[in-house]
Amino acid sequence: MSDASINTQAGTGDAEFGDYFALLKPRVMSLVVFTAAVGLLAAPGSVHPFVAFCAILFIAVGGGASGALNMWYDADIDRVMKRTQSRPIPAGKVTEGEALAFGVALSGFSVVMLGLAANWMAAGLLAFTIFFYVVIYTMWLKRWTPQNIVIGGAAGAFPPMIGWAVVTGGVSIESVLMFTLTFMWTPPHFWALCLFMKSDYKDAGVPMLHVTHGRRVTRNHILVYTLLLAIVAIGMGFTDVGGPIYLTTALVLNALFVLGAFAIWRRDEAASEADDYAREKGFFKLSLLYLFLHFGAILAEVALAPYGLGGW
Amino acid sequence: MSFREEHELHKRRFGRNLGVALVLLSFIVIVFGLTVVKVTRGDYEPENASIQRGQ
Repeated sequence: MSDASINTQAGTGDAEFGDYFALLKPRVMSLVVFTAAVGLLAAPGSVHPFVAFCAILFIAVGGGASGALNMWYDADIDRVMKRTQSRPIPAGKVTEGEALAFGVALSGFSVVMLGLAANWMAAGLLAFTIFFYVVIYTMWLKRWTPQNIVIGGAAGAFPPMIGWAVVTGGVSIESVLMFTLTFMWTPPHFWALCLFMKSDYKDAGVPMLHVTHGRRVTRNHILVYTLLLAIVAIGMGFTDVGGPIYLTTALVLNALFVLGAFAIWRRDEAASEADDYAREKGFFKLSLLYLFLHFGAILAEVALAPYGLGGW
Repeated sequence: MSFREEHELHKRRFGRNLGVALVLLSFIVIVFGLTVVKVTRGDYEPENASIQRGQ
């Protein structure tokens, strides 16, 4: 083929390696890796370190594959929203067909490899997670109901359960609680983002809570879900995965989080616009730290257990 | 001396091919490593293998 015949238009199969990597949503993947690793390390029993490494890798690839399928299906929305316009498909670097093939191939690959490396219970949970995120959340809930984030948040909450199942081959109350922590955390985290993303979701026609029911209702929901989250997060401190370090961390973080949610609830739009949504942005940043430190505290309990310091 | 001018497209393709090669090499290492771990831990031995060996 001569150079003259090369089509330099984007989306013709000449994307860079990094464009395909971007389809995997690396930032979301880092959360998946971290929470799955904590679930795996906190589980009773042990697996060979290399098997553990491979299991986390395949869980991450599965999570990334669902991200690629999400970008394929939501390409029309991503083209409208400012936050997502630079993603590989709207930017014209990767075609929708390529993203679909990439996502399907990696989904199958990750589930089969996790089944072979660890066990088929963990592989089944990973397959269900991909199905839930792509079909239940992306294709169905996201464009249909303002509760999309509430129910769809389950997809992002499965990784610690999968990590737990890699070691134990099953599900237990502790792994369900770790799931519930991320599940309950997702709505206030996302709704805070929605409050300061202004018209992005409305322009894209996505029925987010603040678009369908208004910002006042969204602020009320943030407070209610934050209170429910605090009960789950602190309650987890009294289970086998908890301990004094976790409980102290949970008490401090949940006090800050509830105060943040209360401040958002008390405000109206005029107050928020006056300081360019400083409280909402601060709450969103705190939410990232909140989840990281909760799982970090579980990890600390596990790490200190051999020295008689972690756990109850 | 290069026979033809290097196009930006060639750099992109080289980067992508290199990335795919590294991924495939990593996959070989992973499968080999998993095989070694599983075989040495006896994951694929039949359940009555130890009885047959007289243990």
